Amino acid sequence: MNWRAIWAIASKDVSVALRTRAVMLPLLIVPLVLMVGIPSVVGLISGMANQMAAAESQMADLTRAMPPEFASRYAGLNDVQAGLVYFLVYLFAPMYLVLPLMASAVVAADSFAGEKERKTLEALVYTPTTDRELLLAKVLGALIPGAMVGLGGFVVYTIVANLVALNVVGMLILPNTLWLLLAFFVGPAAAAFGLGVTVIASSRVNSFQEAYQIGSLVVLPIVLLVVGQAMGAFLLSNWLVLLLGIVLWAADAVVFFIASASFRRTALMARI
Amino acid sequence: MAEDAQVVITTEGLTRSFGDNVAVDRLTISIRAGEVFGFLGHNGAGKTTTVRMLNGVIAPTGGGARIFGLDPQTDGARIRARTGVLTETPALDNRLTARATLEYFSDVYGVPRSLRRQRVAELLERFELTKRADDKVGGFSKGMRQRLAIARTLVNDPDIIFLDEPTSGLDPVATREVHRLIERLSHRGRTVFLCTHNLAEAERLCDRVAVLARGRVLATGTTRELAAELNRGHRISVEVDTDATERALALFTALPQVSSAAVVGDRAAARNGGTLLLLNGVARPDVPPVIAAAAAAGLNVYRVEPVDSSLEDVYFALQGQ
Ligand SMILES: Nc1ncnc2c1ncn2[C@@H]1O[C@H](COP(=O)(O)OP(=O)(O)O)[C@@H](O)[C@H]1O
Ligand SMILES: [Mg+2]
Repeated sequence: MNWRAIWAIASKDVSVALRTRAVMLPLLIVPLVLMVGIPSVVGLISGMANQMAAAESQMADLTRAMPPEFASRYAGLNDVQAGLVYFLVYLFAPMYLVLPLMASAVVAADSFAGEKERKTLEALVYTPTTDRELLLAKVLGALIPGAMVGLGGFVVYTIVANLVALNVVGMLILPNTLWLLLAFFVGPAAAAFGLGVTVIASSRVNSFQEAYQIGSLVVLPIVLLVVGQAMGAFLLSNWLVLLLGIVLWAADAVVFFIASASFRRTALMARI
Repeated sequence: MAEDAQVVITTEGLTRSFGDNVAVDRLTISIRAGEVFGFLGHNGAGKTTTVRMLNGVIAPTGGGARIFGLDPQTDGARIRARTGVLTETPALDNRLTARATLEYFSDVYGVPRSLRRQRVAELLERFELTKRADDKVGGFSKGMRQRLAIARTLVNDPDIIFLDEPTSGLDPVATREVHRLIERLSHRGRTVFLCTHNLAEAERLCDRVAVLARGRVLATGTTRELAAELNRGHRISVEVDTDATERALALFTALPQVSSAAVVGDRAAARNGGTLLLLNGVARPDVPPVIAAAAAAGLNVYRVEPVDSSLEDVYFALQGQ
C-alpha cells in the first residue's frame, strides 16, 4: 500500500471540501439545527410548561411505557420533566445518526462525483496508484470528516442537552451508555454507510448534486426509527443500539464490497 | 536515434470498442526510447483512447500492449510511475493554488520528500508560474492552466511523456513554448508520445508519425517515408491564365508524364489573373517536355516550381483513401 499517496489524496480531499460552500453549508447547518436548535426549542417549551404545571403528577402515573433503566434513574420527576428527559435522551437519539451519515455522504459526493464533474478525475487515474489505494484514499477522505462531524455533534449535543436538563430538571443527563455507544460505535458505522452508498451512486451519476441526493436517501431509515419510537413501536435500549450498530457495520461490509467492485478506474474511464 | 535503441512501447493488435464503435482498431506500433512519436488524427480518431490503454486506465477489448516491457492491464501502477500524461483537458482543481497542485501530485507520485520543495519550485520557475504560485488555479488564463498541467505531467520526471493535443486552443506564443518544451524533453532523452491533429506541429517536432483515422493506422514512418510510400514525391505547380484553366487541365492530364492535375488556390496567382495548377507524377526530367507541350498548345506559363510533399499532403491523401 502506497500510504503516502493515500494520505495525500485523503487530506487534500478533506481540506478542499472544507473550503467548498456546497459542502460546508450542510456540514454546519444540519448539526446546528439538529444538535442545538431542536433541543433548545424543546427545552424552552418544557421549561415554560414545567413552571405552569402543578408539578405533582409523578412518574409512576405516566401511562406511556418508558425504557427499563429510565424509571429507576429518573424517579421523582414530574410529567413534563420526564417527558423532556425522554425526548432528549431517547427519542432524539436516532436523529443524531443523521450527522455522521450526512457529513460523510456530502464529502464523498464532492470527492467522487465532484471529481468527475470538475474533470479532475482524469489526472488522478493517471497517477501510480492502484484502484484499491485510490478507493481507500477517497474513503478515508470522506470518513474522517464524517466521523469528526459525528463526534463534534455528540460533544455539542451533550453540552446543549445538559444545559437544558439542568435548567428544567436540575440534573445532568448525558453522556450515558446509550449515547456513548451511539457516538463511538453506531455513528462511525453510519458515516461509513452514507459514504459507501454515495460511492456506489457516484460511479453511476456525473454530478455532485445527484450523488449527494442519492446518498442522502439513506437518512430515511433513521426517520423511520424516530417515528417508530415516537409511536411506541419500540424503545431504544442499550441492547437495541448495540444491535443497530452491529447491523449497520454488517451493512457497511456489503456496501463496501459492492463499492470496491464498482470502483475500477477502467470502468470509471469507460463511462467518461 | 540509434537503431538498436530500447523499445519502450509496443502494441500488438490493440483494440478497443465501445459497443459497435471501434475506437481503436488493431493498432500495432513500436516506439523506441528517446523518440518523439506523433500520433496524428482528427477528432474521434482514437488518440485519447490509445493513451488511456497504454497507461492502463482503460481496458482493451482486444490485443495487447507492453510499456517498459510491462502489461498495462496488470502493471498499470508501475507503468504510470514512469509516465506523465497531459490530458486533453487540463484536469486541474480550481480550488487549489498552483503550488499546492504540484505539491499534491508530487506526493501522490511519490517524489522523495527531500526533493519535493525544490522540484516544485523548479517547475513553477520553468513554466513561469512563480509569481502566481500561491493563487488559486480558478483565476488562471488558459495558457497558464496548460503550463501548470504540463508542469504537473513532469513532477515525477517521467521517462515517457504523453501529450494529448497539448497546443489545441493555445495562442501562437503559448504554442511555441510548448513546442520548445517538447524539443527540450527530446534533447534530454525522454520519449514523447504526441497526440495531435496539427500537421505542421507533427512535421516539425516528430521523428516518426502514425496517421490514424477511425481507429486504424493508415501509415507509419518518418514524414519522408510516408511521402515516398505514397509515391507523391514528384510534383510541380504551374501558373497559367485563369481563363485558360479548363484547357490547361485537359491538356496536362492527357500528357503521359502527368498522372493527375488539379487547381490549387493561390492568392498571388489570382491577383495577376492567373491560376495555379498542381501536376502530380512529374519527375525532374519530365519537366521540360511538359512545359514544351504547354507552349506548343499556346498556353501562357508564368511560373513552374517543384513542390515538396508535406505531411499535410500525405495526411489528406491517406484520409481520402
Ligand atoms: N468512454 C467512451 N464511451 C463511448 N465511446 C467512446 C468513449 N471514449 C471514446 N469513445 C469513442 O471512441 C472514438 C475515439 O475517441 P477518442 O479516443 O477520444 O478520439 P480522439 O482522442 O482521437 O479524438 C470516438 O468515436 C469516441 O466517440
Ligand atoms: Mg482526444
